[in-house]
Amino acid sequence: MHGTNVTTNEHRFEVAGLTRVEGEGSLRLVVRDGQVTEAQLAIFEAPRYFERLVVGRTPDEVLDIVARICGICPVAYQMSAVHAFEDLAGIAVDPAVRSLRRLLYCGEWIESHALHVYLLHAPDFLGVANAVELAALDRPAVERGLALKKAGNRIVSILGGRPIHPVSVRVGGFSKAPTKRELQAMRADLDAALGHAIATVDWVSTFVAPEFEREERFVSLRHPDEYPMNDGRIVSSDGVDLAPTDWESAFHEEQVPWSHALQSHMGDRIPYLLGPAARITLAGDRLHPEARAALDRIGLAEAIRRNPYWSIAARAVELVHAVAEAIDIVDGYVPPEVSARPYAAGPGRACWATEAPRGLLFHHYELDERGLIASAKIVPPTSQNQAAIEADMTSFAPSILDLPHDAATHKLEQLIRSYDPCISCATHFLDLTVEPAR
Amino acid sequence: MSGAVRASIPSKPRLGIMKFASCDGCQLTILDLEDHLLDLLERFDLVEFAEASSYRSSGPFDVVLVEGSISTPEQAEEIVRIRRETPLLVTIGACATTGGIQALRNWADHDAYRAAIYANPEYVESLATSTPISDHVAVDAELRGCPIAPEQLLELLTALVVGRRPQLPDEAVCLECKRRGTVCVLVTGTGPCLGPVTFTGCGAMCPAFARGCYGCFGPREGANAASLAHWFGRDGRSDADTARLFSGFTANAKPFRDVIDNLGGPPVAATKGEKA
Repeated sequence: MHGTNVTTNEHRFEVAGLTRVEGEGSLRLVVRDGQVTEAQLAIFEAPRYFERLVVGRTPDEVLDIVARICGICPVAYQMSAVHAFEDLAGIAVDPAVRSLRRLLYCGEWIESHALHVYLLHAPDFLGVANAVELAALDRPAVERGLALKKAGNRIVSILGGRPIHPVSVRVGGFSKAPTKRELQAMRADLDAALGHAIATVDWVSTFVAPEFEREERFVSLRHPDEYPMNDGRIVSSDGVDLAPTDWESAFHEEQVPWSHALQSHMGDRIPYLLGPAARITLAGDRLHPEARAALDRIGLAEAIRRNPYWSIAARAVELVHAVAEAIDIVDGYVPPEVSARPYAAGPGRACWATEAPRGLLFHHYELDERGLIASAKIVPPTSQNQAAIEADMTSFAPSILDLPHDAATHKLEQLIRSYDPCISCATHFLDLTVEPAR
Repeated sequence: MSGAVRASIPSKPRLGIMKFASCDGCQLTILDLEDHLLDLLERFDLVEFAEASSYRSSGPFDVVLVEGSISTPEQAEEIVRIRRETPLLVTIGACATTGGIQALRNWADHDAYRAAIYANPEYVESLATSTPISDHVAVDAELRGCPIAPEQLLELLTALVVGRRPQLPDEAVCLECKRRGTVCVLVTGTGPCLGPVTFTGCGAMCPAFARGCYGCFGPREGANAASLAHWFGRDGRSDADTARLFSGFTANAKPFRDVIDNLGGPPVAATKGEKA
């Protein structure tokens, strides 16, 4: 009653260097007397100051520079930026260019999701440390994953020269659009990839995921006819509905002491989650019929909605979507009359959001009278997901307290990996509208 | 397979792959060797590759591939430690070999940069400069590029396991362009092009996509970047716009850095000392 005999019952879980995630981060969960006192996903990747690096540059230079924020999802950075600049200039691109950009994004989704599903995430479900050990158990599975990844890389390479930091995206279109023949050359690979993607859905549906239910609060783009990539409105589970230029009217960023990435919240400090589970929950009715059929067959839509560990199934379903849509685009392709429409940069506010593999990626640039960048704000999906991940760690904590310490820590690390955090992306947060140092 | 040539590297080398300030793209290029990946990794004892494996090691290693530039005090200490643990240290990519795009901050006021980003800059440990690994320790081999070329990476790793010198090209992008039969973008007027002074390895990709080379493999040895800059100026380009061309992913490599300095600095230098 007076606390004289009270012994503090403290559980402390820490992983100093998270593995099988992109970039450098750590996790820390402290539970004292049954109460979570700290739940932190710390991001200590060295800052590179991208929002400052683009100041003074031309919009086309920005497309090359922001790609370097992330080697895994360079296309996403190019897409949000190019749409922002075209929106400001009032350029409507050729319909063929619009399709090619979706195809480019399909390539990146395939490459990124195959990487995460097979090389980073599946090892958790199968009790191994990496893809080499996974290959010792099931080499055909790893080879299937690598073939899928290669198909995605091939799409990006045909459209942009190379899978990492492609070179062809320009304001107004592409520096050079592919010929029909160049796209058709990968048709057989895409057919094989569709089979691999469907097999991936069936494969991951046999996995056993830890029990966990999170509070559902998702945000993604939603389009009247398409599965969301480059176009649509920003929507949420609880009724947000915004133009892709207006992210800042509902969301805001803040700095926390333990991380080099700014965290984002909705409204009154409400965490929210982006990415494949968000898209399937908010726009699953726009999935390609092949992907919808795969999702219905495994019956995991509800699990994807509630349990972050099942994000692996969401990624697998999106693999089917991206391959099937890529095939449709290749088959229907008629080259544009001109690769790029003429563009002259002028002053103003250029904003846009697209769906990176890991979720909504918002860019905001201010252009000066010369058409050069005066300021920039880039809000990557992982920094937006950070607060939701920490909230999930807190609500997950009670279920692991009775486990041996190592097993509990492993489950926590596995939880973090299920969000596919891209820490290289998250660390660059340079918000020029933030007040100067106090 | 064995022989005296590989005496210093064991038959199954302990391999570490790690990064400093970078985008992860060069490490990803290893995983992008899809057709060769599993066979290749069986030839090594992969003891450290945090991006792809849960095993961790702080050394010793036989071979280390390092991505990224040195941009924090901890990184400057860590690379010295890694060097001590590693007989063969290979730097991969534009960040590790030149400082990367983030080296543009070397021309700027770092405190203003940091304050512009963070409301509380004291939470952030960061050096005023981003520098290549070779500014800090001796380096045994370099792969250039942003990102590195998969063919060069495969050649390097193959050479390592069979114990021979890697055969890496030492030519300008121009030669690759000619072999490819691409019409010169400087001749067609499509754009300024850094191809004459830039290492190839990309296969002359940008000219093939109807745009000029932007120098992401960095200046080749003996490149006369000053002369090329002079010719851009004679075409009527302002000094600032010529400096802009060299202020890319390998801006901090000396031949490019000298051009930028002579022309008044990179575009971001205009913001020097400015508060957000």
